[in-house]
Amino acid sequence: MMTGWIAVIGGAAGTVALFLAATALYRRTRLFLLHPVLVTITTIILLLLIAGIPYEQYNRGGRLISLFLEPAVVALGLPLYRQWPAIRRQARAILMALVIGSIAGIVTAAGLALALAATPEVVLSLAPRSVTAPIAIGISEATGGVPALAAAVAIASGILGAIIGPPLLRIAGIRSPTAFGLALGAASHGIGTARALEEGEAEGAAAGLSIALMGAVTAALLPLIVAGLFALFALPG
Amino acid sequence: MPRIASYALSLLVLLAFLGIGRLISTLFGLPIPGSVIGMILLAVALGAGIVRERWVAATSELLLRYLALLFVPPGVGLMLYFGLLQEAWVAIGVSVVVSTIVVLLLVGSVHQRLEKQ
Repeated sequence: MMTGWIAVIGGAAGTVALFLAATALYRRTRLFLLHPVLVTITTIILLLLIAGIPYEQYNRGGRLISLFLEPAVVALGLPLYRQWPAIRRQARAILMALVIGSIAGIVTAAGLALALAATPEVVLSLAPRSVTAPIAIGISEATGGVPALAAAVAIASGILGAIIGPPLLRIAGIRSPTAFGLALGAASHGIGTARALEEGEAEGAAAGLSIALMGAVTAALLPLIVAGLFALFALPG
Repeated sequence: MPRIASYALSLLVLLAFLGIGRLISTLFGLPIPGSVIGMILLAVALGAGIVRERWVAATSELLLRYLALLFVPPGVGLMLYFGLLQEAWVAIGVSVVVSTIVVLLLVGSVHQRLEKQ
């Protein structure tokens, strides 16, 4: 099928071309709201909606790109190794920050949803917001959330954190490269890590480590914390 | 080593670690995906000298330079969940925005404070 192949190549090449154009625009303007990931995703969604093309058809080409996502996560082992001496020296501070961050992430995400009277399925899909999408899917499956919603929420958090994260951290006076990377990795996972790598290798390595540790700590603590929150909100009055 | 060969070799090494990571994740029924386990194992193998940096550098550096691009197709996939997100958009919106900001600032400031001590 000749036309099928053209659509596949077109989807992939179009995505790359749009991303490169968005990156050039971002470099020129330096406006944080024009983050290339946000601009490219929004443009493609609008184009697909206008042209009436279903996501599945676009993704036959898109898959050629996201295929490299998993090898890229493995590749984060390289900056992690290169930055290991610095990371090892700060092991205690890193663990403390991420355990506190993991608990705060679960409590704020699930607690606010409960306070706003969301259904249990929605609460359980929001609770693993601070972990990367594939881990969020696994956790929500185990606890009774909606895996697709958990993945959507994790990706949306990734985009949001990558955009507002760097300016927010600068305003808050966070200058340590490790703290910067850990925060971006914890709040916005893979997309945040990509953003952290733009700052430097120390930031990128910390962000990659943050994804792994946040995933492990959150998977371990989440069931207990969420059960506690449900009990608290079930109390009368 | 010719450039094409160093890209091929480094891609193979990454895929091997991805495979091992997936195997461990499945065998032990871990909630952590194979790619994340592969990342930790790659760092350990580099540290132990089992894998040399130049065996993985070419493809790793290429993929990490364009990491953000790789998230575009799954990000476009958000359009599949517009209906689902719309059903409880206030709760979802508030929860995502507040929780993202809290985690960012808390992790950053706690680490920076402890690091200084």
